[in-house]
Amino acid sequence: MAFDMYLVIFLIFGALCIAGALNLLLQRHPINSALSLIVVMTSLAVLYLLLGAEFLAAAQVIVYSGAIMVLFTFVIMLLNAGEEERTRGSRAAYLVGFPGVAALLGLLTYIFLSVRMPLGNAQLGGGTLVTTSDLSRVLFRDLLLPFEVTSILILVAILGAVALARKEES
Amino acid sequence: MSPLLIYVLLSIAKVAVVTVVLLMCVAYTVLLERKVVGRIQNRFGPSRVGPFGLLQPLADGLKLFLKEDIMPTSVYRPLYILAPVIALACALLSIAVVPFGANIQYRGIDLFQISDLNIGLLVILGVTSVGVYGIALSGWASNNKYSLLGSLRSSAQMVSYELALGLSLVGVVIRAGSLRLRDIVDVQATHGILSWNVFGGFQIVAFFIYLIAAYAETNRAPFDLVEAESELTGGYHTEYSSMKFAMFFMAEYANMITVGCVATLLFFGGWSSPFGNLLPAPNNIVIQALLPIFWFVIKVFFFVFLYIWVRGTTPRFRYDQLMGFGWKFLVPLAIANIIVAALIYAPR
Repeated sequence: MAFDMYLVIFLIFGALCIAGALNLLLQRHPINSALSLIVVMTSLAVLYLLLGAEFLAAAQVIVYSGAIMVLFTFVIMLLNAGEEERTRGSRAAYLVGFPGVAALLGLLTYIFLSVRMPLGNAQLGGGTLVTTSDLSRVLFRDLLLPFEVTSILILVAILGAVALARKEES
Repeated sequence: MSPLLIYVLLSIAKVAVVTVVLLMCVAYTVLLERKVVGRIQNRFGPSRVGPFGLLQPLADGLKLFLKEDIMPTSVYRPLYILAPVIALACALLSIAVVPFGANIQYRGIDLFQISDLNIGLLVILGVTSVGVYGIALSGWASNNKYSLLGSLRSSAQMVSYELALGLSLVGVVIRAGSLRLRDIVDVQATHGILSWNVFGGFQIVAFFIYLIAAYAETNRAPFDLVEAESELTGGYHTEYSSMKFAMFFMAEYANMITVGCVATLLFFGGWSSPFGNLLPAPNNIVIQALLPIFWFVIKVFFFVFLYIWVRGTTPRFRYDQLMGFGWKFLVPLAIANIIVAALIYAPR
């Protein structure tokens, strides 16, 4: 019973995610594409929730659907970007792109089908990353150094962005 | 009846009751605001409909419902219609994780909370951060310069203050060791007023950061630049009329009530009594169940009143002051508060 419920929710939000991703590509207006991306990210959050990664799901909504996409829409509104022109696209995309995507999809399908049994029972982090405190234990105890190094990297990126955006004093 | 059916029916009943009560509270908060701001400005406020104007919300609702729904010709229709729906939905959604009273179970179902999540606090933050879209999209889709300016201001303001708001809550989470709202209240329920986070938890700075940031998040005075009447006519809802306007209006007041609930839960001990164990526990089971709700409602009412009080007495910020205050004062202060809280609770 419970399993069926999870499966139904997974199918609904998986379909929503793919529909949002397709809509993102097909829409001609940038703001519609941005909104489709929000749908994709929020349905991804629900999928995380189904996997038992509740903190990750909440962080996905707060950081991606919330903060980052607000900045996206903010920029689109500020630039007042109009509708895109529809071109036929480059020939290279047709020649390489579609076969490439088909090959990638085939490869992924093959992998998923061949290791279906172990993946079917997968838990994020092998069942140890269930609650927020588990996650923070890993992040702040076991992987403290990589975590801090990453945060310094992001700080450097922020400083670089500020330095680039600053106007030269004349 | 099967347990599943009882569970579903009781859950639906809970959702229905909470939604109706919340919407009634929204309607009467509007009346309270008009009355109190009226008194602050030396006038009476609405007094004609019903005794003391108590039926005014009903008349307002009827008026907004019957007004013509004008759709300007140059708006971008899908988003113009979607925006108020997003705003109202997000405003109503976060009340779902708020516990209103002590954990009283009836057939295995918590009577005074719709859903008890162990990421309750994060859910509220997430819903708030999605709520920005309602305002941002309404301004853009209206195709009106006032609306666009209002919504640009609001997006920038809400994104900036969300940071300080989130950081201010970390101290509370450190003390409780949990993101579940019931755990956060239980930590504060031991010694009455002395164990509330705002006093005994040494989170008084965090409380004021939260309060200020929450006022900015809900676009209320003194941070109501989003709908600054003197500059932007109506701000993001300039082009809206009838029920769509009412939805924005309801969303604003529902957000106020949610902020009141969250402030109560996180800093003022939720439903716990301020007297702790000084008062003997009542024998009657009904009073035992309803007394916590009484304390909760009193505290939330205080916060809603504070909102109105602040609106009636403070002038509006200038936009650069608002941004400077948020980034240069509130965020560093919130970070310093986290360090202090961590040092206080580290020895445990």
